[in-house]
Amino acid sequence: MDDLLNIDATEAARRVRDRDVTAEALTSVVLEHAQATEPEVGAYLSLDIDGAIEQAKHVDNLIGDAKDAGPLAGVPVAIKDNIHVAGHATTCASKILGDFKAPYDATVVKRLREAGAIIVGKTNLDEFAMGSSCENSALQQTHNPWNTAHVPGGSSGGSAACVAARSAFISLGSDTGGSIRLPGSFCGVVGYKPSYGRVSRYGAVAFASSLDQIGPFSRSVRDSALALKVMAGRDEFDSTTPDRDVPDYPAQLADNLKGKRVGVVRAYLNEMPNREVSDTITAAIDAMAELGAEVVDVELPHAEYGIAVYYVVASAEASSNLSRFDGVRYGAREASESLLDLYQNTRGKGFGPEVKRRIMLGTYALSAGHWEEFYGRAGKVRTLIKRDFDAAFANCDLIVGPCAPFTAFKAGEKSDPLSMYLCDVFTIPASLAGLCALSMPVGYDAAGMPIGLHVQAPAYADGELLSAANALELALKAKVDRLPAIA
Amino acid sequence: MDEATVRHVAKLARLEISDEEIVKFAGDMTAITEYVAQLSKVNVDGVEATVHPVADRNLWREDKVAPSLKREQATENAPDSEQNFFKVPKVVD
Repeated sequence: MDDLLNIDATEAARRVRDRDVTAEALTSVVLEHAQATEPEVGAYLSLDIDGAIEQAKHVDNLIGDAKDAGPLAGVPVAIKDNIHVAGHATTCASKILGDFKAPYDATVVKRLREAGAIIVGKTNLDEFAMGSSCENSALQQTHNPWNTAHVPGGSSGGSAACVAARSAFISLGSDTGGSIRLPGSFCGVVGYKPSYGRVSRYGAVAFASSLDQIGPFSRSVRDSALALKVMAGRDEFDSTTPDRDVPDYPAQLADNLKGKRVGVVRAYLNEMPNREVSDTITAAIDAMAELGAEVVDVELPHAEYGIAVYYVVASAEASSNLSRFDGVRYGAREASESLLDLYQNTRGKGFGPEVKRRIMLGTYALSAGHWEEFYGRAGKVRTLIKRDFDAAFANCDLIVGPCAPFTAFKAGEKSDPLSMYLCDVFTIPASLAGLCALSMPVGYDAAGMPIGLHVQAPAYADGELLSAANALELALKAKVDRLPAIA
Repeated sequence: MDEATVRHVAKLARLEISDEEIVKFAGDMTAITEYVAQLSKVNVDGVEATVHPVADRNLWREDKVAPSLKREQATENAPDSEQNFFKVPKVVD
């Protein structure tokens, strides 16, 4: 049955629908593999073995009755543990959630189920999705399947690691400033952040609402296209989701880049300290040219301010969003004499250091006397970053470059907050502008760690983004063919 | 950023933090706000702030009564509740 671990979700669902394999058998293979790899990887916070088999049997019954089991029939999928799965814990990898159990399915989970997917478990993250290495989890350490001494990236580290380790076909993450793309890059899988508003966040625990977006990790670009098709579109429970057409993304994937203009910010490559990364990215850009793309130089003059803008805007929004964790309606509570003490003690005990730091920073940036200097100014620079993209996309269809300045680093290597924040230098601007963007593996460094190409496209050009990435993936197939050490 | 400011901000944020944390956060937040201060170099004269990245927003659903969580479900996760109310320490004497 080892062969079943080597295929992608699109092929797995086809085999289930064609009755080459039952959903139950497919799910069992993945669950057994997850149990074998988890002691070394630690991607999952919880695995729902009985529930997964139950769901798989339901899919098999539908197929037995000759009913449509859906485009993801029988495909095991993992969910980042800041997204609700009804009846199961949502921890956000924090202590403050206590023994909270989600009373309902997030819209994305509901849509995945309706498409036949099997929800197998919940994955680790930096507490409340705040971090770039997954080390800020208050519950567990996740290790990079390519080398377990290294971090998987964050914040969606568990979701990236489980797809890399083949203990799920697809997983969901959330991306606020790079939390899908960075771990995708570090773990050598496709990590895709859809355009802002394309996918409902109903049932995801909010971090920074003007930036948060849910998206998939997958082993192939076409799997991400399939997951998007299933999840995208209007949801009346998320007022940021427009009633725009949801194209048949998988059907639109191309195998060439003829007529496409690919923008490159040369300075990013020239100034890159890690030559292995810049050489590999340059080779991927050359491969895009061979596929017919015209490569053009573009400038994003304000992108260098992205991190500064992000840490003001995201922290400000987080300080507001996380005010709901007060020990009253859900989660842990520190018993106290007064209500004020109850709030302060519960939050003081329940939140970890990085979450506290960001709440403090956000509260400061919004406080009297500092609002204009921080939050007001950051919003204006955000406009300039967005305008840079508008100007650049007037001359190109896609902008490509490195996803991160380096490959996955060793656990414990980045101990001060600011050096960790700098990991997201290339991913943050697209989040601030609401673009769609993905990371895809395009090679390896000398130590065998994967290198990710960052591909960005205008808001709602998700189809064009996935199509171009698919063409490149096909072209690089022979070069990007390795499996992680633990897989 | 001095320790008094950190204490004030922690109070605004309803966070109980230890004396050790105050020292640590004063250092961290000084470093972060110094980094963020680079934004003052950017000319933003006449630029409107972006608070939301796309034009489509606040797409409300129709305001009509529909099934939602029952009270028992809504209070199920509460650390303390009574008769489907959330219970907290006495607020008024």
